[in-house]
This record gives sequence, structure tokens and C-alpha cells, in this order.
Amino acid sequence: MLELIVISTLNGVLFGMLLFLLSSGLTVIFSMMGVLNFAHASFYMLGAFFGFQLTKWIGFWPALVLAPLLVGAIGMAVERYGLRNTHKHGHVAELLLTFGLAFAIEEIVSMIWGKSPLDYRVPALLDFPAFTIFSTNYPAYKLFMLAVSVIIFVALLIVLKRTRVGLIVQAALTHPHMVGHLGHNVGRVFMAVFGVGSALAALAGVIAGPALVTQSDMAAALGPILFVVIVFGGLGSLPGAFIASLVIGLVQTFAVALDGSLASAFGPLDPAAGPSVLTDIWNVTIAQVAPIVPYMLLVIILIVRPMGLMGTRES
Amino acid sequence: MTTAATSTTKVGADAAGGGLRFYGVWLIGIVVLIVLPMIFSSGGSLTSFSLIGIAIVFALSYNILLGQTGLLSFGHAVHYGLGGFAACHMMNAVVSHGWPIPLPFIPLFGGIGGLVFAMIIGWVMTKRAGTVFAMISLGIGELVASSSLILRSVFGGESGITTDRTALPKLLGWSFGPQLQVYYLIAFWLVLSAIAMYALTRTPLGRISNAVRDNPERVQFIGYDPHVVRYLAYCFAGFFAGVAGGLTAINFEIANSALLGAIQSGLVLFSTFIGGTAFFFGPILGAILVTYLQLGLTNLTTAWQLYFGIIFIGIVMYAPGGIAGLLMMHRPLIRAGTLWTVIPSYLVAIVPTIALACGVILTIETVARFSGGDAINLFGIAFNPTSPVTWIAAAVLVVGGAFVARLTWRRIAEAWDRAATVARDRGYLA
Repeated sequence: MLELIVISTLNGVLFGMLLFLLSSGLTVIFSMMGVLNFAHASFYMLGAFFGFQLTKWIGFWPALVLAPLLVGAIGMAVERYGLRNTHKHGHVAELLLTFGLAFAIEEIVSMIWGKSPLDYRVPALLDFPAFTIFSTNYPAYKLFMLAVSVIIFVALLIVLKRTRVGLIVQAALTHPHMVGHLGHNVGRVFMAVFGVGSALAALAGVIAGPALVTQSDMAAALGPILFVVIVFGGLGSLPGAFIASLVIGLVQTFAVALDGSLASAFGPLDPAAGPSVLTDIWNVTIAQVAPIVPYMLLVIILIVRPMGLMGTRES
Repeated sequence: MTTAATSTTKVGADAAGGGLRFYGVWLIGIVVLIVLPMIFSSGGSLTSFSLIGIAIVFALSYNILLGQTGLLSFGHAVHYGLGGFAACHMMNAVVSHGWPIPLPFIPLFGGIGGLVFAMIIGWVMTKRAGTVFAMISLGIGELVASSSLILRSVFGGESGITTDRTALPKLLGWSFGPQLQVYYLIAFWLVLSAIAMYALTRTPLGRISNAVRDNPERVQFIGYDPHVVRYLAYCFAGFFAGVAGGLTAINFEIANSALLGAIQSGLVLFSTFIGGTAFFFGPILGAILVTYLQLGLTNLTTAWQLYFGIIFIGIVMYAPGGIAGLLMMHRPLIRAGTLWTVIPSYLVAIVPTIALACGVILTIETVARFSGGDAINLFGIAFNPTSPVTWIAAAVLVVGGAFVARLTWRRIAEAWDRAATVARDRGYLA
């Protein structure tokens, strides 16, 4: 039991930090431009596929740098030539544009790399067990993922809180017009933020690709959870996104690891009653419920605290 | 004085003529629905017509949210799917209990299935509009789609719930075994739902929904609660989506979790938006086009979904009014008699635009078939996806087409501005 708790906590924090790599970019883009970037998870997927392809060509370490840069450039192009032109039609049009993009990217990826999972391997340098805990070997690559996420998290924090660039970004979040009047090119700030956000998502993709599954439906699988994270944490709140990422990462990892059901806790139901909704609920294991846990949290938070954990505004 | 007199008589004539034209359009629609299967009577076209009819009801129900109330939902298929399951369970219950309910009433129960869920979940969902609503609808959609695989006794797991539509009591000797009879059943419900949904847009509720879409704050000032209005609109949309789901259940005699999923929600969004949300007939056009393309393209290419995505992105960026919006832009020009000044620039633009489209198609198909090596057949010309000749042709078409097309599009814009100015001078353009 203790083994399960320790390992699941480690994995949960890791998954949470990965979620935060994605949700931080999404949150900053949302609060700055008012655009919910539906294609954010698609940039994550592009990162994984570019990472796979570049690893094949030039090795993992150059790919780790190059793939996020490439995706960041794509993100900037999307902002410059897509979103900026759509802005005049309102936020719904922008949301729809990114929705169409997400759809198109998924199709392009499955067209080029196929629909089946890719053989994206952990680099040989990190392919060893880091430590053994209660007879479970914990892979070094997962520690590497954790380290990368934490480094990026700290770097983001320093850039946003301690540098001039961060100051402008923070100011543009709340007072874009004032920042423009002070002589900063708000359009360029938006483009840069969008690019950095996409690059971070791609970085998450590159490092998550070997550990999770690299497949053309990975964006569609992760995207909705990402939206749950930022609604749960409170739209536009970075600390909220951080807490929500960890909460959802941990909850989902623990749910997957637990095998209990109501039947195993309280004994099986009377078989004479026959199959019904009750028997379904009685017999389902927590692991089977894991995929819907984030959405249940979403519904609960909407009823209890509609602005999210750390959100300040209603809309 | 004379102008005033003529304009009043004209308004009167317009009103009478408008009424005639209004009922005329509906009557023509009904006649077309009745006559269509007599002209195209093959099994394939009957199946297509049935699917298109269902897609129209679904898209119209979606437009109650998106077009009329301004709610962008990414989970509308939840009500469609639940309607389908409700209809399937109802059909099985009718058969096993021997209730005297004939098949044509079943879509009503589908609608009730969609409505009940909308009433339960809608209140929480419609608290807020805009982006937040969009995300919540996505979350709820995923929640229901995933739950449907867990609650096996209700949703039948992966395989779904099957039923037999011919086992229900007959109505006027119709067994609804043949596809033709199912088509007429769908057409009947299509007309009924379309009239009901059109009528809804003319009610005070429909009008206040438009106001909530445009300016919820002002709606609050005049004493309405936007939340309640959104909730009511959501319930109506859920009901009609359920009707469409019930029709699907009758058509396929099965309901499975794919009906509830994100793909269906995406398709209905595509249909509605490509057709145009600002006009009642927009989603009808969109549903016809998208269903037709879906049926036609799946046989031709593996990348058919990519074409949807590209069409959708193009519409969002360049024609947010959709096809209906593009068509209706021409109405004042036709009335003012200045349309002919625009047509030449359209004709000039056709050639490079088609070249560009061919280039894009060639590029996509080259990538899609590169590993498979199947030849691309574009208008009877065969292209080999692995040969550099194809790549060069595609590149020339895309780059050259885009370059020339941009010039001609600019010409259209200029000609359009001139024609619109004249139309405005003549008083036909607000």
C-alpha cells in the first residue's frame, strides 16, 4: 500500500507538472488575448511527433531544443496570420479558428505518421532505473521529465516576476491599451507570448512522447482535460492553474492505480436482482472511472464555486 | 409626395408578396421532400436523403444555441445521442410491453430524452456564456461519452443497443421496413421540427434570446434574467437534438456511444457554421453540404476530414457569415440591379481560384498517398504521388494560383464596393 502511495504520488506530481507546462501557456494566452486556444493540445502533439522525427534524424538532445522552436514558430505564424485577422469577428470566431486548426492538425499528423502509435523510445542515456523503491524500479527518464518541468516552471516564474519582459507581459494581461500607449508593440507581445506558449506545449510533447503514447489522437485525449484544469483553477489565474494541474494529475494517477470498487468494499449485490444501472455502478472499479474523474471535478466545482479555485471573475 | 405614395404602396405590396413568398418557400420545400425519392429512387440516394434530413434537424437545433442565443457548444451531440438511446429503449419497451405506440411517435420520445438531460444539466451550464460555456459543454460532452461506456446496462457498452423498427405496431399499413417509408418518416419530422424551430425564432422567447446573444447586460436592465433565457434556449435545443437522435435510432436501428461523442459534436458545429448561423436556412445548407461531402468524399480520399477542417478554417477567417451569409450579401445588389457589375470580376477570379484549389488537393493527396503509392485521379488526369512531376505541378498550382487569385480577389472587393455604393445610393443597403 505504501509502495502504491509513493509511486503514485511521484507519477501524479509528474503528470501534474506536465499538465502545468501546457496549462500555463494556455492560461497566459487566455488572460492576455481572451482567446481560448483549442489547438494548444495539438501543439503538444506536434511537439511529440516532431520530437520523434528529429530524434530519428539528429538524435534526442538536439530534438529537445529544435522541436519546441519549430512549433513555437508555427504558433507565432498562427497568431500573426490567423488569429490577428480573425480578431475583428470576436472571441467566438477566434475559438472556432483554433478548433478548426486542432481538427486539421490531427488530420495532417495522422496523414503523415499514420494512426497507430509510434515507436518513440527513451534516449539510451536515460534508459536505466534511477532508484529502486519497494521492489519497483523507478525509471530515470521520469525523473528527467520531472526535472525539466520544474526547471521550466522556475524559469517562467523568474521571467514573469523578476524581469522587464515579464513586467510588460503582466501589464498587457490587464491593461493592453495602456501598454500600447506606453510605446510597446502589443501585437508583437501577443505574438511572442503565443509562440512561447506553443513552444512550452511542444516541449511537454517532446519529453512526454517516449513515456506516454505518441499517437495521432493524443491531442484529442489531452485537450479536454487541459480545459478542465484551467476552468478548475480559475480562468486566467496562473497559481490556480498550477494547483489544478497538480490536483488533477494526482487524482487521476491515484484513480488509475486503485482497483477497488463498491462491490469489493461492501460485497457483491444480490445476483437475483439482475443487471441494472446500480450493478454497473456497484461493480465498476475506480481505475475504470479514472477517465471521467476530471470531468466530475469540473461539474462539482461549477456548482460549488463557478469562478474556479483561484479565479476572481465570474466571466 | 409622389415618392412617399409609391413607397407606401410598395411596402404594402411587399408585405403581401412577402407573405406569399414566405409560404411559397415552405411549400416548395415540402413538395421537394415529397418528390425527391420519386426522381432519385436508388437505395443509395434514399439512404443519403435520410441522413441529410436527420443532419438538418440536428444542425437547426444546434443553431438555436449558436446562431440565436450565441452559445458555442462543443457537446451538443450529448442530447442527440441520449435522444437516440431514449428512442431505442422506448422502441424495445413498446415491443416487449405491447403498447399501442406506432413508430412515427418514437422521435418524440427521443426529443424527451434530449430535453430531460438538458433540463438537468442546463442550469449549471448556462450560468455563463461565451468561452466558459464552450469549455463546460466540452467537459460535459466528454463526461457523458465516457460514462456511457461504464453504464453498460443502459448504453450497451461498446456495441450499443439494438432494436427492430418493424416490430412496432403498424400505422396505416406502413411497416417502416423499406427505406422509402423511413425516408418519409424522417421528412415528416424534418418539416415538423423545422416549422416548430422557425416558429420559435418568432416568439418573444426567440427574440429575447437574440437580445441575450447581442447584449446580455441590456437584457438584464429591461428585467429579464439572461441565465433563464439561455437555459430555456438550451432546453429547446436539447429537445430537437433528441428528435434528430431518435430519427437516427430509427434509421439505423441501433444507438451506440459514438452518437454521443466529440466527433458528432464537431460535425454539427461544422455544418451549422459552414452553412451560416445568421439565417434560419443557413444550417440547412450546411447540413446538406457537409453530409453530402462526408458521404461522397469518404469513397474518394482518406483525408476527407482534412478538407472539412480547411473549408471550416476558410469560412471562419474569410466568410464568418457562412454560405448563407455570402448568398444574402447579394440580395441588396440584386434589388438595386447592380449585381451585373460584380459578375465579370467573379468570372475572372474563378480560374485562379480553381487552380489554387486543385493545387491544395494535389498537395494533400500527394502527402496522404505518398507511402501507399496509389495514383491520384484529379479530373481524369492521373498523378503519381511519388514522382517529382506531381510535386512541381502541385507547387506551381498552389503558389501561382494563390498569387493570381489574390489579385483577382482584390478586384472582386473593389467591384463589390462600387456596386454596394450604388445600391446604398438607391436605398437598398442599410
